[in-house]
Amino acid sequence: MTQPFDYLRETPSQTAGPYVHIGLAPGAAGFDIYDRELGWDIAGPNAKGTRIRIEGLVIDGTGSPIKDVMLEAWQANAAGHYAHPEGGGPVEEGFRGWGRVITDFETGAWGFDTIKPGSVRDGSGKVHAPHISLWIVARGINLGLNTRLYFDDEADANAADPVLGMIEWERRRPTLIARRTESDGKPVYRFDIRIQGEDETVFFDI
Amino acid sequence: MSAAAAFYQRNRDRHPPALTPAYKTSVARSPRLARISLDQSVAEMTGPTFGHDDIGPLDNDLIRNYAQDGDPIGERIIVHGRVLNENARPVPNTLVEIWQANAGGRYRHKKDTYLAPIDPNFGGCGRTITDADGAYAFRTVKPGAYPWRNMVNDWRPAHIHVSVFGTAFCQRLITQLYFEGDPLIARCPIVQTIPDPDGIDALTARLDMNATIPLDTIAYRFDIVLRGRRATMFENRP
Repeated sequence: MTQPFDYLRETPSQTAGPYVHIGLAPGAAGFDIYDRELGWDIAGPNAKGTRIRIEGLVIDGTGSPIKDVMLEAWQANAAGHYAHPEGGGPVEEGFRGWGRVITDFETGAWGFDTIKPGSVRDGSGKVHAPHISLWIVARGINLGLNTRLYFDDEADANAADPVLGMIEWERRRPTLIARRTESDGKPVYRFDIRIQGEDETVFFDI
Repeated sequence: MSAAAAFYQRNRDRHPPALTPAYKTSVARSPRLARISLDQSVAEMTGPTFGHDDIGPLDNDLIRNYAQDGDPIGERIIVHGRVLNENARPVPNTLVEIWQANAGGRYRHKKDTYLAPIDPNFGGCGRTITDADGAYAFRTVKPGAYPWRNMVNDWRPAHIHVSVFGTAFCQRLITQLYFEGDPLIARCPIVQTIPDPDGIDALTARLDMNATIPLDTIAYRFDIVLRGRRATMFENRP
């Protein structure tokens, strides 16, 4: 007889359902319960770097915006460090690097304010272009979708990025690149996520 | 610098596939193309950290955290368990968040129009941070089943939504807890998106008489398992 493994098995995922806001953004569900909701301040007041805004829609297979999505963002600071013991270096006081946003119930629009992350050197020495990791959950999504947001004004860094470079279908790479615009002199990056169909956003097994 | 140890590959057979047509909303909200596998880098192997400063003292007590002039109506329950990883190690200091309907199956959400009434003393959300053993506990009322527009006569089993972080963004998980013995579990298109009966069993909280408080509150036990991480037995060359 062979030796048995003693590994446990991961708890299976289930959809977040239509009322994810109750638990994770109760103010949006229509009631105040917590003194402090989590995830509204990604970079904090002391973060160095360029203040930016990210905006977009999540679009389903019919071309319609999804109006009950929750997204979470995870990013490094301007020096390329994550707020984590293995994050590569120190971060500014109050820099959490994590955010949580929901879409508008009427329009499906979402957005968050943060700072533009720096390039990240990972543990094997590869340099990743500035990017923000995103995790998307909603009714109808059985297991959260992982993707990355890159910036269109980082063309040289993007061209050298190991993740973008690994996507063999070059015409799919632009689905991960946010487009820069400006509003009142502040950079705003537009990033629409297409769940299904034409120009479907690249999602990752991470 | 040596390469950090990656987390075990997620076993997709353990999880629902994206396209599960009996759960109708998944049809237009599931990617058609294959996911692209990523070598884990620091972005995936790190994740947000939370502390007790982030939460309030009543946040894990749903019987009290929205009470206005009395207790909510319903079956008083404790839901407790541990957060472990696939190596059976506890995951301490991690954020666990829950949300649920009230005893009648009605959510306190402006988009829920089910005719069962709101409970004025029940909010339906809670959060806590696991202790050094990975243990967590909530006090709440047992949620009721509710109808939903999928097939004409579909009803969700009683459930509590659970969100958990772990130590890395790649461990991020949202799931649902069901209750032992509920006959709606076998009939639910969302539960049945899970291909593996053992996986459904893993989402079914067990009645736990040992944790029950006599003459006060009954208890259920629900352990959560997150992805495990390799040991670095051999280091990569840079």
